[in-house]
This record gives sequence, C-alpha cells and structure tokens, in this order.
Amino acid sequence: MRKGIAALVAVSLAGGAAAYAQQKPAVDAAKVDQVMKASWKSAAPEWQARLEQDQTMKECTTSHNTPSNAVANAIIAREKANIVYPADGKFIGDWKKGEKLAQSGYGLRFSDYPAARENGGNCYACHQLDKKEASFGTLGPSLHAYGKSRNFAEREAKVVYERIYNPQAHVACANMPRFGTNKVLTVEQIKDIVALLMDPESPVNK
Amino acid sequence: MRTGNTRLLLAAMAAALLAGTAPLGAQDAATERGLEQYRKMLKADPWANPGNLDVDRGETLWKTKAGPSNASLEQCDLGKGPGVLDGAFAELPRYFADADRVMDAEARVVWCIEKLQGIARKDAVKPFPGGGRPATDIGAIATYIASKSSGMKFAPHVEHAKEKEMLALGEAIFFRRQGPMDFSCSTCHADDGKRIRLQELPYLSKPAEARKVVGEWPAYRVSSTHVMTMQHRIYDCYWQMRLPRVDYGSDATVALTMYLNHKAAGGEISAPAIKR
Repeated sequence: MRKGIAALVAVSLAGGAAAYAQQKPAVDAAKVDQVMKASWKSAAPEWQARLEQDQTMKECTTSHNTPSNAVANAIIAREKANIVYPADGKFIGDWKKGEKLAQSGYGLRFSDYPAARENGGNCYACHQLDKKEASFGTLGPSLHAYGKSRNFAEREAKVVYERIYNPQAHVACANMPRFGTNKVLTVEQIKDIVALLMDPESPVNK
Repeated sequence: MRTGNTRLLLAAMAAALLAGTAPLGAQDAATERGLEQYRKMLKADPWANPGNLDVDRGETLWKTKAGPSNASLEQCDLGKGPGVLDGAFAELPRYFADADRVMDAEARVVWCIEKLQGIARKDAVKPFPGGGRPATDIGAIATYIASKSSGMKFAPHVEHAKEKEMLALGEAIFFRRQGPMDFSCSTCHADDGKRIRLQELPYLSKPAEARKVVGEWPAYRVSSTHVMTMQHRIYDCYWQMRLPRVDYGSDATVALTMYLNHKAAGGEISAPAIKR
C-alpha cells in the first residue's frame, strides 16, 4: 500500500525530470505567450482561450514541474480549494461505467465537435488497471489492486476522488490532468472511476 | 524482383500490425521483429520505401514551373544558396534575411512558392491528409528536401540572435503546460522508457534519444500508411493535447522543430524513414 502511494508520488514528481531543475527559462513568459497566440491566429477566440495558462500552469511551466517547496505548498492549497465534492457525500459510483470511461480517450479534441459521446478519462493511456487489459501505458503507476491494497478503506475513496478531480491538490505539478477542475469529467463520472479503483467487485481488484 | 520485394515487405508490415492480437510481451517482441525485418529489407532496397513516392512527387513539384510567375522552385534558397539542396535540411530551421524570420523546411517552401511562383499562401497551404492519402504538395517537397540530407548529421544553425531566440522559445514551448488536460510536450516526452497504451514514447529532451528519432521525419507511418512531415506531426500532437489547430509553419512549430533538431545535433538524418 505504501509502495503504491510512493510510486504515485514518484511518478508525479518524475514529470519534473530532476535533470532540468537547475535550468532557468531563457526567454520571458510574456514573449512565449505572444508567440503562442500568434501561432494559433486562425483559431476561433473560444479556442484560443485554451492557450492561456492559469497560475498553477505558469508555475509548473517555469519550474519544469519542480516548484520550490513554498510554491508547491501554495499550489496544493489553491488546487485543493477548488475541488467540488459529490452533493450526496458518496464517492463510489458504478465501476462498469468507470471501466468504459477508463478505456475512452474521446473528447475535447478539435475533431470531437459536436460531441458524439461523453468525454472519456483515458486512464489506460497511462495506467495499468484491470489485469486483463494488456494495452496500458506507463506514464503513471500501475493501479491494479488499488482498492484491495488499501483494504477498501472509505477514506481512500475520498482521497482517490480528489486525486482524479485535481491531482495537484496532492502533488504540485503532477503530470496528470485536473479532470474535475478543468471540466473534462463530471462529478458523476469521477465517482464511476473511483468505483473502478475502489469497488471490491471491480476487475481492478481481482 | 521489385514486385517480389514489395510482397515480402507487405508481409512483414502485416506481421507487425497483426501482432496486436498477441499477449503483451509476445506482442511487443513480434511487432519489433516484424518492424526490424521490414527495416532490414528497406535498407537492402531503399526504393521499396513507400515514402519515396512522396520524395519523387516532391522532386517533380520542385522542378516544375507553376503559378502566375511560371517558375519552378529550383532557385529557392534553403539557406545554402539558391537551388542548393544537399545538406540544407540538416541545418534547418535557420534565419533567412530576406524574410527576416527563422524558418523550417516547410515554412521556407511556402515562402518560396509565394515569392518565386507568385502563388498566395492561402492557395498553397492545404489541410493535412488523412490516413492512406499522400502528403500535401508542400509536404512532398519537404520530404524531397529532407531526403537530400539523408545520411548526413543534424548541424543546427544557432548563430543569429533570432536563431538563438527561436531555440529558447522552442524549449519554453516544449515545457509549457496548457489546455484542458494541462499537457505540455514534456508530459509525454521528458522521461525514459514510457508508453501511452503500447506506444513507446521518445524522451525528446534527451540528446541520445532525440538523435535516434528526430532524423526519421518526414516519415512513412505504417499505422496510417502515409508520409507525415514534422509540421504534421506537431499538429497531431497539439490535437491530442486538446489545443486548436496550430497554424502551418507558425513560430511555435518552427521553435519546437528548432529545439528538437538542436537536441538531435549529431544524429543521422534518415528521412523518409519508416515509423510504426
């Protein structure tokens, strides 16, 4: 169990690639923003908005994902504050729906409009989950037996909900998308993915 | 003999692709074996590379008079003087005084089409092709230009202040996080031995790895059965990163190409290579 958490932290931090921690940006951020904007000139204004960075993105960019302790703590506090919790206080949804979301990388690409189906979480792109799914990525740690290794503890369901809703509420500049905060996934969808990880009946825990 | 070779190549390609149904470890090994066999055969008979169809088409387009000026592109200056193709790609992107801009091969071809042939950019630049369809005309010309540096090593030109600035911009953009997924190029390409699903990811900010893969572009992709240029490749990455369509030959794309070619300095160019 500890090993699992340690791996999660290690991988999130690996995004910073320690070798780059010493580098300082050689060009100022305003110039970069200007070049980005000019390079997507033909995009519609609502799409151009995607080029803009919030404060957390800016801090993770300039530090190559290895912020100082003070900045990291500020990021964690700020990101934790924007988490919206399920109104009914329940964190575990339907693991079968969660598995479908974990398989799907659909949504938010410029070819995905008008949307033909719901956005996916694409968990398998980066993580191992159900052992029967051989096609999984390794950018994130294996999540096989996630719930089982945590004795299906109720508080762990809340933690994993937060980690999906906003991974940076736990690890500043984590590589994983802030699925809830950035409105990639809804509260209900996140609950379904929590179920995939935490439900004893889920194939992830078999 | 050509037909026989092509048939063998197709068999090797099919083996590589069909390997998708085998269990994990075995699949990787079988795919890798299939691709290895494929690469070997290509080396033995480079003309069997389907990417060469675009090289040939690019050469024809380069030499054919077109546009209101009824001119070919043969006087296009790719940095080593008008009409000098050999080794030009190895030093791109670079600063061009006539345009007062740092340009990669594709941005430069657009410029030459406008200036030499008198064809407006909006008429010259076409959408990237879907799978199975040939590269755009400009893509084919860029593939031809790249092939003229095949076997040479990347020797990026970072002397002019604007070249230095472009390189710094490229690095900044490589690490810049944005969009609804918070992705940067470095999310996937700044660590060793990672995969998305089963697709291995190159660690592009590490010179040893950049030297192995950057020189393969423009490349013939077996999975999409067509040639993709570096502009197309970057556009596709930004699609996956949930950003809008990046403008063709824009500074962000040139900066990233500059950064990648700089990381790949000393690495051999093998364009058009074969990618999975």
